[in-house]
Amino acid sequence: MEIFEILLNVLSWIFVLVGSFLMVLGAIGILRFHGFWARLHAASVIESGGMIFLLAGMCLQAGDFLIFFKLAFIGLFLFITGPTSTHALASAALLDRSKPKKESN
Amino acid sequence: MNQHLVLRVVTKLMVGFIILFALYVQFHGDYSPGGGFQAGVIFAAAFILYGLVFGLESVQAVLPPWVTHKMMALGVLIYTLVGIYSFFLGFNFLDYGALTPSHPEHGQHYGILLVELGVGITVAGVVISIYYAFVSRSSTSKDEEW
Repeated sequence: MEIFEILLNVLSWIFVLVGSFLMVLGAIGILRFHGFWARLHAASVIESGGMIFLLAGMCLQAGDFLIFFKLAFIGLFLFITGPTSTHALASAALLDRSKPKKESN
Repeated sequence: MNQHLVLRVVTKLMVGFIILFALYVQFHGDYSPGGGFQAGVIFAAAFILYGLVFGLESVQAVLPPWVTHKMMALGVLIYTLVGIYSFFLGFNFLDYGALTPSHPEHGQHYGILLVELGVGITVAGVVISIYYAFVSRSSTSKDEEW
């Protein structure tokens, strides 16, 4: 029982740290990248990668089944709506004839 | 709007859950964060999302403007009737203990539930009506004229 709890704690810490790292990475990307498409790419790292790892880490720490269920549902809905909003933004920009550049500047 | 396949599929998937969450916030608001105002706004957001993706005609086929206009008045009517009811039984205005005089705590529970229901209906009606009013406004001047 003791070893199981230690394993759970270590696993949830790994998930939370990886999620936080991806969040910071995405935030730096939004601030530092040039142009709309590169920044959109950095933002999508936050809302898919960072969010999933953070919520998985929190799910392992939940303990209560109801809290686990709520966190899993929040993750499911963010998993559906986040990429959809990115898609809507990208297709709106594409309709406005803003093509991604090939070489970096 | 026929070409946005992803938006249409996701909207059809989410609208039901948004309305379900609005009802949860509405009727669980006395134990968890939430209440009438928030529930009304979430309920309206479901219809506004549907209207944004599928167009004004299809959302008004579900919820015509005359229904939202009646909803605005109905919520205030529920709120006021709860107050007047306790008024006529010899209690103060909106004294929820009047609903079950033998057990005032139960009456307070029912009273806050009814009043919050009125607030939720009114807020949902007002927000959807504002959306209808903005979207159905005919463009009197073209974009080039600005």
